[in-house]
Amino acid sequence: MTTLDLIATLVKILVMVGFLFNVAGLLTWVDRRLSSMIQDRIGPNRAGLPLTKKITLRLFGLLHTAADGVKFFTKKDFMPPKADKLLFSLAPILAMAPVLALAAVIPMGDTVSLAQVGPRKLCMDAEGHALGLFVGDQCLDAAKNIVTAFASTATQWPAASRLGMNSSQGILHLSIAPLNVGILYIFAMAGQGIVGAAIAGWSSDNKFSLMGALRAASQMVSYEVTLGLSLVGAMMIYGSVRLQDMVIWQGENTWGIFVQPLAFFLFFTAAVAESKRIPFDLPEAESELVSGYFTEYSGMKFGMFYFAEYMEIVTSSMLLVTIFLGGWQLPFLHRDGLTLQFGDTMIIQQKVGHLAMLVIGVLAFFGKTLIICLLQAFVRWSLPRFRYDQLQKLCWQTLLPLSLANIFATGIIWLGLQSGGAPVAAGLKLASDITQGVVAVVLIGLVVWAIIGMFSPSRHLTQILGTSAKRAAKRGGTVTDPMQA
Amino acid sequence: MISTYAPMFLMIFVALALAGVFFLGASFLGGKLKKTEEMMMPFECGSDSSGGNHLKLSVKFYLTAILFVVFDIEAVFIYPWATQFKNLGWNGLFSMFGFLAVVIVALVYCVKKGALEWEN
Repeated sequence: MTTLDLIATLVKILVMVGFLFNVAGLLTWVDRRLSSMIQDRIGPNRAGLPLTKKITLRLFGLLHTAADGVKFFTKKDFMPPKADKLLFSLAPILAMAPVLALAAVIPMGDTVSLAQVGPRKLCMDAEGHALGLFVGDQCLDAAKNIVTAFASTATQWPAASRLGMNSSQGILHLSIAPLNVGILYIFAMAGQGIVGAAIAGWSSDNKFSLMGALRAASQMVSYEVTLGLSLVGAMMIYGSVRLQDMVIWQGENTWGIFVQPLAFFLFFTAAVAESKRIPFDLPEAESELVSGYFTEYSGMKFGMFYFAEYMEIVTSSMLLVTIFLGGWQLPFLHRDGLTLQFGDTMIIQQKVGHLAMLVIGVLAFFGKTLIICLLQAFVRWSLPRFRYDQLQKLCWQTLLPLSLANIFATGIIWLGLQSGGAPVAAGLKLASDITQGVVAVVLIGLVVWAIIGMFSPSRHLTQILGTSAKRAAKRGGTVTDPMQA
Repeated sequence: MISTYAPMFLMIFVALALAGVFFLGASFLGGKLKKTEEMMMPFECGSDSSGGNHLKLSVKFYLTAILFVVFDIEAVFIYPWATQFKNLGWNGLFSMFGFLAVVIVALVYCVKKGALEWEN
């Protein structure tokens, strides 16, 4: 491991941890804001920086997150007198660290070919054809001969080739550790979360905590089975457990959600259950167990459990994006640029520089992750909580058989299609191009809808129900937050 | 070999260090604790706690844990086959169907025995 590798690794860790922390912090705000929108109330709007006597900077309640952080750090750090001191202290660390460590294998973008990242200077003849590379003050052609007769020079951002990497000057993976055991590492780390929850409940010396920990452990081990088996179909199609290979397969063919639609929903359900959120939040059901296995925790130790939960949403969204939603890939954008092609009919082909494609890829990955995070927040505020026997029944008697059936179906359909020969293969190629087209249209539609929504004036509904809402409406809402009711 | 796994260990170390920073911050910055008798009681919504706090647990939880071990190990057996599925072809698929049939029989047995019933 050279110094350069070490620096690159540290930068990647900084980016990944920074993204996780910031988005997890933002999600606590999004959760509250979304719940207030869904439940037709004002939501958080009190915390603010007083700029002058009358104007307070409130930023749509965004400062509540910062206020929370300060509060967590300055609250009393309580430990029950009869608690197991070592285990009680160890539990929050065990809950938080694996979620962060899990992100090590997730690819943030395409592999960087260091030779092609920077611009290069070409020398051209009068018609604009490249004659060779401009090195120092001489022009060298492919055979390293000096070319003297050139008309002009031009700077070019080189495009990578679609297949294979130019590794003459080395390559840089945009995941912290590009392990070939990718998914197995993720399962290993995800499994550690169970230990943190179980230890927290056991060491707290509290009945509610113990019951919460039991529920948490039992629920998480149950859904771990579905989580593991639902991905078998995806592994069969991609032929690898390395996350980079999975994303590359999806870029060459079509997104995983189209080849493994059932597995996507099974994995999504199991991932929500693993992060112990509504509708699977039995371990911390407020109406029954106060807050479950972390009832006795206070201050930042409670904050660590709370934060770990939100980071788990982000990491599970990242996994969903990587395995089922094409990772850093966007429809028709390949490593070498834009190729709009249906079957064998080429419509547009435009080469784009390697660096630009890398930036687009990284932005696409993080953008998709944010969309899935938002989807998880919507799920939380739209569904009621399960009963515990329903939860276990759903796992063992519905999701587990379905994930086994998915393996059967994937095997038979894939091998059946393979024995179909060339016409079937051409049909599949066309079908995958059409799915890419559908995705492109949906993505563009989403962007247009979001832009229109941002610039159109907010509608004020006239029906106001609650008395407090009526009073607020009479005043015209608060200073920075006009009534939405 | 080392260069492949070194970044992974570095990330695990960073994760533990960050968790440790949060943890230490909690104990250094937190306010002074005034120990009152009420505060030191196990939290139970205001009512006095009675009996020990380590309850007898329902056997269902143990049963679920054992079932998890059985089915998760089966999943681990399936992974190597899944990555080699395209090379193994129909032969490999039918061998795996045989293995999965055993898993399904085990699952059906568990359901029929009532191992997954939480109602009673």
